[in-house]
Amino acid sequence: MRDFFVLRVIAKLLIPFMLLFALYVQFHGDFGPGGGFQAGVMCAAAVIFYALIFGLPAARALVPDAVVESMLAVGVLIYAGVGVAGLLLGGNFLDYFVLAADPVAGQHRGIFLVEVGVLVTVSAVMLKIFYMFAGRSRNTPD
Amino acid sequence: MILDHLPALQVVVPLMAAPLIVLLRSGRAGWLIATLVSWFALAVAVMLFMRVQSVGVISYAIGNWPPPWGIEYRVDALNAFVLVLVSLIASVVLPYARTSIAAEVPADRHYLLYSMFVLCLCGLLGMAITGDVFNIFVFLEISSLSGYVLIGLGRDRRALHSAFQYLIMGTIGATFYIIGVGLLYLMTGTLNLADMTVRLAAVEETRPVRAALAFITVGLSLKIALFPLHVWLPGAYAGAPSAVVAFMAGTATKVSVYVMLRFVFGIFGVRLVLPDLHLLDMLMIFSAAAMITASLTALFQKDLKRLLAYSSVAQIGYITLGLSLANNDGVTASVAHLFNHGITKAALFMLVGGIVLRVGTCQVDALAGLARRMPVTCFGIVIAGLSLVGVPGTAGFITKWHLVLAALQDGQWWVVAVVGASSLLAAAYVWRFVEVAYMQPAPADAVTRSEAPLQMLVPACAMVAACIYFGFETSFSLGGARDAAAVLLGGLR
Repeated sequence: MRDFFVLRVIAKLLIPFMLLFALYVQFHGDFGPGGGFQAGVMCAAAVIFYALIFGLPAARALVPDAVVESMLAVGVLIYAGVGVAGLLLGGNFLDYFVLAADPVAGQHRGIFLVEVGVLVTVSAVMLKIFYMFAGRSRNTPD
Repeated sequence: MILDHLPALQVVVPLMAAPLIVLLRSGRAGWLIATLVSWFALAVAVMLFMRVQSVGVISYAIGNWPPPWGIEYRVDALNAFVLVLVSLIASVVLPYARTSIAAEVPADRHYLLYSMFVLCLCGLLGMAITGDVFNIFVFLEISSLSGYVLIGLGRDRRALHSAFQYLIMGTIGATFYIIGVGLLYLMTGTLNLADMTVRLAAVEETRPVRAALAFITVGLSLKIALFPLHVWLPGAYAGAPSAVVAFMAGTATKVSVYVMLRFVFGIFGVRLVLPDLHLLDMLMIFSAAAMITASLTALFQKDLKRLLAYSSVAQIGYITLGLSLANNDGVTASVAHLFNHGITKAALFMLVGGIVLRVGTCQVDALAGLARRMPVTCFGIVIAGLSLVGVPGTAGFITKWHLVLAALQDGQWWVVAVVGASSLLAAAYVWRFVEVAYMQPAPADAVTRSEAPLQMLVPACAMVAACIYFGFETSFSLGGARDAAAVLLGGLR
């Protein structure tokens, strides 16, 4: 891809905005369509776009496999951790009402944190799938 | 205070252990965490079981959203029994798993295997404990997806093929289930099991409800591996790592049977199911067919795991047969057989795992004279095999006896004949192993004595001992099943 100057410049210009839009979708999920699933896919798409233009090794250096695998697990832990926080604060499991003094604010905070967990896991899963397929070649055993 | 949250902890602790094991990336730590979690789950399940006995139904509102709007975890005598079964088998298989897995799975995948194992445990416990039909679907998918991965981790490449076959069949089953749930939601506007039972009364004669019944029965039958929808099961059991089969053979299909019991008796109720749809008659015919044909097929298997897998299909026939008799003894036998067959099959697959470790294969022809080489393992297989046949003094006898009683109560003499014939066939396929292992001379170059390592032998023998113990002491297995049957049938009259 060294020769495609235009593609490389455009990609570098676009990727920050893709990530920004992903964050917008993530945090605007409270008020309109959006949320962790969509935002997670957009985040992953930005990295996949990077991999398409600059090559898989470059993407793997940017977001290493170990990080992706940890993110997979951390997202689930964030989600379940919010639930346990509800338990520890004297409510039921996944009880957001007790997460803040005001129950409505508590619900808001709970959903916000859970969506962060969703974002982390979904983007990691998308990337993992992409790495698995893109990393395969005719010569790969198994 | 902690006691109030037991229903949530039952599911949440395995759920959180799974990502934790992935983060630690160590097979040894993964095994340790998985084992501790399974013991914790067993402790919680036993506490729940005892609490249900003393205080009755326990309801837990997830997220503090009251049922029927929120997701309710609802523990009664039936699912407390299932929770104990699932967590008991997990907590015996996991200590056993370490050596077996080390020999059968590449080391770099151990932590992923244990992560999937606890996730599967979480899914099965969740299916059993939740009182929300959509939540059942979610947990069904959690347990199934992790189950496909576990099976795909088997030693040879055929395991991948089996896992894929199971994935296709299992997904069809789950899809049918969710279509049925969608139809029920359409007609009742609720997803809560208890609420749905009440609201269904007004609309039970409508076509969508009947379609829902059809979809849910077929979908769950696929997951149960009820004949003739069992084709995925033998391959999956033969291909998967031994410890995984020991766990899944004892639990996965059993929890789906539990869900079917809930739907047939709990939601649709005998009123709708019994009279003009002939659902129970069909179930009875398929169960009888499973008991005979699967036992016959088991007779001609060359691979010991495959033989036991077909035997599982036949034994599932006993369970659904009890269900289809729909009287007190029948349902009691059905629920008790969930437990009795669960421990018997887990014991057998654990012992076979020892053979795979030492001999390197479980082809029946390769096991000539094995009793000299592995006397304890072979003796264990014989004892557990007797429980499979249903010899008095073993756990298997208890359920068969009640099954026969239930059939006689109903005046179904042919069912008694089928149970007898199927038991004879079971004796025949167990005898095949006895003949090869005890009667045939060992090959000249055979190792004299190499018993499975203690780490595997002790849990496996504990399970065999349980087959005997629960053949005499039936206050848990039969008593629990009786309470469960009362819950299922009591709501209907």
